[in-house]
Amino acid sequence: MFEHYLSLFVRAVFVENMALAFFLGMCTFIAISKKISTAIGLGIAVVVVQTITVPVNNLILHYLLNEGALSWTGVPALASLDLRFLGLLSYIGVIAAIVQILEMLLDKYVPSLYNALGIFLPLITVNCAILGASLFMVERDYAFGESLVYGIGAGVGWALAITLLAGIREKLKYSDVPNGLKGLGITFITVGLMSLGFMSFSGVQL
Amino acid sequence: MAEKTKDLLFGPIFDNNPIALQILGICSALAVTSNLSTTVTMCIALTLVTAFSNLFVSMVRNAIPSSIRMIVQMVIIASLVIVVDQLLRAYAYSISKQMSVFVGLIITNCIVMGRVEAFAMKNPPLPSFMDGVGNGLGYSLMLLCLGVVRELFGAGSLFGVTLLNSTADGGWYQTNGLLLLPPSAFFLIGLFIWGLRTWKPEQVEEDTFKMKPHTRVSDAF
Repeated sequence: MFEHYLSLFVRAVFVENMALAFFLGMCTFIAISKKISTAIGLGIAVVVVQTITVPVNNLILHYLLNEGALSWTGVPALASLDLRFLGLLSYIGVIAAIVQILEMLLDKYVPSLYNALGIFLPLITVNCAILGASLFMVERDYAFGESLVYGIGAGVGWALAITLLAGIREKLKYSDVPNGLKGLGITFITVGLMSLGFMSFSGVQL
Repeated sequence: MAEKTKDLLFGPIFDNNPIALQILGICSALAVTSNLSTTVTMCIALTLVTAFSNLFVSMVRNAIPSSIRMIVQMVIIASLVIVVDQLLRAYAYSISKQMSVFVGLIITNCIVMGRVEAFAMKNPPLPSFMDGVGNGLGYSLMLLCLGVVRELFGAGSLFGVTLLNSTADGGWYQTNGLLLLPPSAFFLIGLFIWGLRTWKPEQVEEDTFKMKPHTRVSDAF
């Protein structure tokens, strides 16, 4: 059992890295990776939000949306409902709500972290890595425990990738880059090379 | 008025391209461009969703309290995406299967959210609609360029129709497998940006760090 979870975790972090293998959360990944310190802050926020949202969405899928999921209510009319077409709406609603709650909690109890994260927290709602992890969880039919591990793994993988990129970009600013390629252009090419590197994990069997 | 509509429609294509300058909507640009039929589907879907979400959000913009505006915008966008998703499943099932989660991910495509937040919340419905269409077109231009290059040189075909006979089928064209892999999209976007900025030098970014003249790079570290 433990080995199964461990392999799922390693796979989520390296082999199926959200940023560099599935290219999710790219906008924030590229826009907010100029400095290592902000990149780490954002990475932590993503890990926290992933860890909460993926399992919660898993519960929503299994107890509200799936075909026959409402049978615990005991009402026969509800038991035969298949609400999966409402999936997208409920997942994004859950994510938006959790981010908002997290923002309020942090503001009240951990103001230092709240100030450090600043604008990144609301931005996380539109980070496709978060919704992407929930959608992959649905597509692969994970059980609750698996979804928890997968959420953490996906978050950690994304955080790792953005920290690596920020490290490279901090060095890059001392380099002599052609005018048109400065900033965004060279970042794209760097990310391309990094993801080629991460593709070498794709053959790994766990 | 006519002048302004034109600006809204065509400004985002080269002058303010969502992908090349605003850094919006990159994820899907990489994942769906390995062949042209998914690319075109994605372009149409995204342009429609952006245009209509701008329109609807702009209609209700004065009634949304600012503290819950994110959730309201999300609900409007998500409903539109559900419509698109269901339509694709009904009429183009194989393409919808190929695109897997990326149809759903239009919800979090930053172009949609970014334009709603930056434009539709402050402007009346009609200009907002135009702005949505314009940004959709800017995004589509970039995606179509990527799609054409990747499918033509990666697989020797367009829309699945073989144009360059590959060596695997006894033809003359040696396919470039790298172009079918997602990282190639990064290189292509990087080069596209380079070209665009050489053509329009005002888009070049300022140096964050200026080196003193007559110093070697190795001295900087």
